[in-house]
Amino acid sequence: MKLAAGLALGILAYAGTANADQVCGVAAHLVHVDAALPHAAESIAKSKKLNVVVAGTTSSTLPGANGEALAYPARLEVALRRKLPDVAVKVISVAKPRQTAADMAEGFPKILRDEKPALVIWQTGTYDAMRGVGAESFQATLEAAVDRLQSGGADVIFMNMQYSPRTEAVISVTPYADAIRWVGLEHAVNVFDRQAIMRHWSELGTFDLMTATKSLDTAAKVHDCIGTMLADLIAEALSHNADPAKEPAKQ
Amino acid sequence: MPIVVPTGRDLRLDLFRGLALWLIFVDHIPSNIVNWLTIRNYGFSDAAEIFVFISGYTAAFVYGRTMEQRGVVVASARILKRAWTVYIAHVFIFVIFMAEIAYLTRGIDNPLYNEEMGALDFLKEPGETLIQALLLKFKPTFMDVLPLYIVLLLAFPPVLWLMMRAPTVTLAASAILYALSWNLSWNLPSYPSGGWFFNPLCWQLIFVFGAWCGLGGVTRLGPIVRSRWVLGIAAAYLLFSFLIVMTWYFPRLAVYIPKWFQDWMYPIDKTNMDILRFAHFVALAVVTVRFIPADWPGLKSRWLKPMILCGQHSLEIFCLGIFLSFLGHFVTSEISRSMAVQVVISLLGILIMIAVAWLLTWYKTVEGKGSGKQSKPPRSDLAGGEA
Repeated sequence: MKLAAGLALGILAYAGTANADQVCGVAAHLVHVDAALPHAAESIAKSKKLNVVVAGTTSSTLPGANGEALAYPARLEVALRRKLPDVAVKVISVAKPRQTAADMAEGFPKILRDEKPALVIWQTGTYDAMRGVGAESFQATLEAAVDRLQSGGADVIFMNMQYSPRTEAVISVTPYADAIRWVGLEHAVNVFDRQAIMRHWSELGTFDLMTATKSLDTAAKVHDCIGTMLADLIAEALSHNADPAKEPAKQ
Repeated sequence: MPIVVPTGRDLRLDLFRGLALWLIFVDHIPSNIVNWLTIRNYGFSDAAEIFVFISGYTAAFVYGRTMEQRGVVVASARILKRAWTVYIAHVFIFVIFMAEIAYLTRGIDNPLYNEEMGALDFLKEPGETLIQALLLKFKPTFMDVLPLYIVLLLAFPPVLWLMMRAPTVTLAASAILYALSWNLSWNLPSYPSGGWFFNPLCWQLIFVFGAWCGLGGVTRLGPIVRSRWVLGIAAAYLLFSFLIVMTWYFPRLAVYIPKWFQDWMYPIDKTNMDILRFAHFVALAVVTVRFIPADWPGLKSRWLKPMILCGQHSLEIFCLGIFLSFLGHFVTSEISRSMAVQVVISLLGILIMIAVAWLLTWYKTVEGKGSGKQSKPPRSDLAGGEA
């Protein structure tokens, strides 16, 4: 029974993929390249290979038997392979529940060693805000960790929190989102502004993020869109590398 | 030599505490456009410093007088009674907060938000949550100020006793505790983990500094505060702080700050009341005192009366402000999040705060008349409203 439901959901989600670009497109203007991806570009130029690690928490995953295939890291891999047909793209998700940025940063040396990523998507902020670690120390953690990732051979893209209208009063995310934006601009790191994108979808009614549901339907579509748009961001940043005369878009 | 507690009412304390209460209310509505007007966007320190400083000032002023006239035991008893009142107010707001959260999050289930719903785990274990809240270890977002105030009051009797005898020694001891806590990362424990958002071991410095000023420190500092040099330095520091804060909002400006300087300056921590925040508050106070003297005619103007009224009932208006900000958030999340609604809610909230402050003053007058001309107990609101 459960399996059948899961399969049905899976099919629904894949059906949604066909016009995902069109659906998500309303928020495309919120995805912009602020920095090049020199390590990723070099890896592609040298060995036609791109290893991407997604480091994150529960909001980088979806529950259930199909959760892994439906969550945005897997969708990112699918979309990147489509966009970069000559490149061996591998996306490894190391998302774990209840991890502060500092917890994740501790694991980075091992990830750099084991997976040799040229690009790390770092989804963070939510758990730090829930724990109230303090935006200032959060920011200091990000700065130190980004330096280490970059000198360890990986570019970084930040992904900030989800827009979650129902929990705004309990989790004060704004200072943490500001810290991410700030470190991004300071350290030439692109930020995938998941919060603004999801807020835009919610306001336009693209996705209903308010109503309670047990179904994975909307969640899977949201993740598919995030994966696709993230692939757009990466591909566009890489195209800036290919053509150094072209300056990254200034926002 | 025992020090003499100054007499007379300084309306500036009421005025700026009223202002701090309004700012705290406005800041506590998440994603409120009106936040852009509040001082935290223009310098390092914010309304919290003003509130804690004035609370220390008035506590020393009011209870210092009691200690002088009625002795240590009576003054200590009054301080502890006040701490108890604040505790009850905190628990009352906590109950309202829980009810609001429980209501807002009925049927929040969505596989997309499994992580965020973890923030509501406290609703799943109401027993544990309640115990931890009563122990002041569990404090929901934005409910950190009153617990700080409670702890500061609990520790205040011996501090005040010492301060009546050796004010500067007390202030130095406070600064040493601050420096030790800062360097050794001392803090009180929170539930489920971490420390207090307002670390009392650090924030006590501004409270004790307020108390020190309230017990004649202002007079001793007078010549320094009035010096042209000090005013110049304070103004320059405010400008510096303003420029740094601007780089937070326009990060492209940040390239003009040298890297070594950033490494030295950041992070500017609120939990442990970074010394740069403290300095910013002091600079703000120096400039304010200079341009708004105690006998400034504006203090009697009816335009500032509402703010003064709010400052005179600080505990009630603070609690009301927290409640109203919950309510404001409820409206912005459930009904409309348009900018116009945010502005209307902010203004309406402040109007309600004014109305209630006016009502409380009216009650006090009525009750004052009712009790006839019996010997009045020393009023605890003589200067700067309540302690």
